[in-house]
Amino acid sequence: MHTSKKLALLLFAALLSTPLAAKELLNSSYDIARELFAEINPLFVAHWQQQTGETLTINQSHGGSSRQAQAILQGLRADVVTFNQSTDIDVLHQRGNLLPANWRERLANNASPYYSTMAFLVRKGNPKQINSWQDLAKPGVGLVFPNPKTSGNARYTYLGAYGDALQRFDNDDAKARNWVKTFLANVVVFDTGGRGATTSFVDRELGDVLITFESEVNGIIKQYPEHQFERVVPPTNVLAEFPVAWIDRNIQRNGSEKQAKAYLEFLYSNAAQQVLARHFYRVHDVEVVAATAAQFPVTKLFKVEDLFSSWDAVQSKHFASGGVLDQLLAEGKR
Amino acid sequence: MSQTALNSSRRWVRPLLISLGVVLTLLLLVVPLVFIFVAAFSAGVGGVWQNLTDPDMLHAIGLTLLVAGLTVPINLIFGTLIAWCVTRFSFPGRRLLLTLIDIPFAVSPVVAGLLYLLLYGSNGPFANLLDQHDIQLMFAWPGLVMVTVFLSCPFVVRELVPLMSTLGTEQEEAAVLLGASGWQVFWHITLPNIRWALLYGVILTNARAVGEFGAVSVVSGTIRSQTNTLPLHIELLQQDYNTAGAFIAAALLTLIAIATLVVKAFLQWKLARQH
Repeated sequence: MHTSKKLALLLFAALLSTPLAAKELLNSSYDIARELFAEINPLFVAHWQQQTGETLTINQSHGGSSRQAQAILQGLRADVVTFNQSTDIDVLHQRGNLLPANWRERLANNASPYYSTMAFLVRKGNPKQINSWQDLAKPGVGLVFPNPKTSGNARYTYLGAYGDALQRFDNDDAKARNWVKTFLANVVVFDTGGRGATTSFVDRELGDVLITFESEVNGIIKQYPEHQFERVVPPTNVLAEFPVAWIDRNIQRNGSEKQAKAYLEFLYSNAAQQVLARHFYRVHDVEVVAATAAQFPVTKLFKVEDLFSSWDAVQSKHFASGGVLDQLLAEGKR
Repeated sequence: MSQTALNSSRRWVRPLLISLGVVLTLLLLVVPLVFIFVAAFSAGVGGVWQNLTDPDMLHAIGLTLLVAGLTVPINLIFGTLIAWCVTRFSFPGRRLLLTLIDIPFAVSPVVAGLLYLLLYGSNGPFANLLDQHDIQLMFAWPGLVMVTVFLSCPFVVRELVPLMSTLGTEQEEAAVLLGASGWQVFWHITLPNIRWALLYGVILTNARAVGEFGAVSVVSGTIRSQTNTLPLHIELLQQDYNTAGAFIAAALLTLIAIATLVVKAFLQWKLARQH
C-alpha cells in the first residue's frame, strides 16, 4: 500500500508538470478516426519542429461527434475539432459561441480537407446481388447500420437512401418516403455507433449488408481478410464532408492559436492527403487524386444541402423526436 | 414427514446443493477469470510486453493508481469522521445523515458523473469562478478523483457504523475518566477496535476506485495519455480492434484486485500473530 502511494505521489507530480513542459494541442475527433490521426499527428509534429523548433504534443479524444461537441460545450478544452458532421460544429457556435458562425469560410473546400461517401460491405461473392441503394429495399435483405438518432455516420446512410430515392422518383417526396419505409423495414439492428455496427455485422454475423463510410468499409475489408468481404459503391451517392475548425475561445485560453491553425492547414498538405487517401478518404490534392484514382470507384455525389435544404432543416424535420425517421420506423413495423 | 424421510432427503439435498454451488462458482467466477488471462496471453509474451509498455497503457495504469491513491485516504479520513460522529454523539438529523451517506450507492454512476459535470462544467454555477482562476476540474484528473470519491465514500462508513454501535462507548468513557485526551482515546482505544472493519472498508473503496467506469466515462473526455483510466482504456482498445490489448488491460485490473485481496489476507495474518 505504501509503495503504491509513493508511486501515486510521483505520478501526481508528473501529471501536474507535463502541461508546462511542452506545448500541447488537443484534437477532439469522431469515433473512427483513431488510426488516421495516429498516423498524421507524428508527421505534423515533425513538420512543426522543423519549421519552428518547437516540440509539440498532440492529444486525441475520440467519440461520437455529437457527444464530443457536447463535451466541448461543457468545458473540454479542445483546440481543434475534426468532425464528420458540420452540424456538430455549428452547435459549438449556436449554444456556446465558442467560434464564429462563418467557420466554414476560414479554410478551403468548406473547411473540409477530405471527404467520403457511403459504401456497402457485403459478404463473400455478394450473394444477395446488391449494387445500388434500390437493391437494399428488396425483400429478404438484412441491413446493419447505426441508429441515425445517435450517429452522424447513419444520418448519411439515411439521407443517401432518401436522396437516391428522390432522384429516382423525380423529386416525388411521397414515393421516396414510401420507398425509404421499406428500406428501413429491412434493418436488422440499430447500434449506437459505427464500431458497434461493425461488430454486429462481422462478429455476430447479423445481416447481409453493412452500410458505413467508404473509408471504414475498406478498413474492415483489410482488418478481416479471412471473411473475404466485398465493397460496393452505389452509382449515386451522398457527399459526406469532414469539417474541421479551431475553437477560438479555447485557443485564446490555451495560447495555441498558431499551432492550431497550422495543424488544420497541414491536413491539406500533400503529405497529409497521402495518408488520408491511404485510409480510403477521398481528397482534394490533385497529385494524390491522380495517383489513387483506381481505389475510388466513380460515383455521382449529391450534397445534402442541395436535395434537402439546410442541415438544420434536415435535423428538425427528419431526426427530431416524432420526425420523419420516427414516423417511417413506426409505419414500417405495422 | 417422518424423521427418516427427512434424513434420507437430507442425504442427497446436501451434496446436490454443494455441487450446485461449486458449479455456479466455477461458471460465473473462475472460468471468466481464467479466460481473461488466456485471452490476454493469446498475443504471446512479446505482444503482452508490447501492449504493456505502450505509453498510453502506462499512463492509464498511472492515472488509475493516482485516482485510487487519492480516493482511499480521503475516504478513509472522511468515513472514520462520519462514523465517529454518528455513533458517538446523538444529535438531531443523525438518521438523515446516515441515509444521505447511502446516496452514492443508490444513484447510478452515470447520474453521479452527470451531476458533477453539470455542477462544475462550463455551464454550471461555478463556471465563471473556475474560469477566472483557470482551474479545470471536469475533463481533467481532478474531476476523475471527485466522482470516484463520491461513489466510493459509503464503503468505510458502512463498515464502521455497525461495529462502532455494538462496541459501545464504555471503554472510551473509561479512558476519558482516566485522563486520556481525545486523540489518545482514538489512537489507543477506538482504532485498535475498528481496524479490521476499517481495513475492509479501505479494500472495498480501493476496488471500487480502481474499477469505476460509468461516472468516470462521463467526466473524462477520454483524452489518451491524459484522462484515460484503465477501465476506459479497456473500452478504447476493444474499439480499436485490439482485443488482445483490451484483455491485457482487463487482466491487469484483475491482478490489482487479486493483489488487494492478498494484501488483506497478509495483514490479517500478521496482526493475528501479534496477539
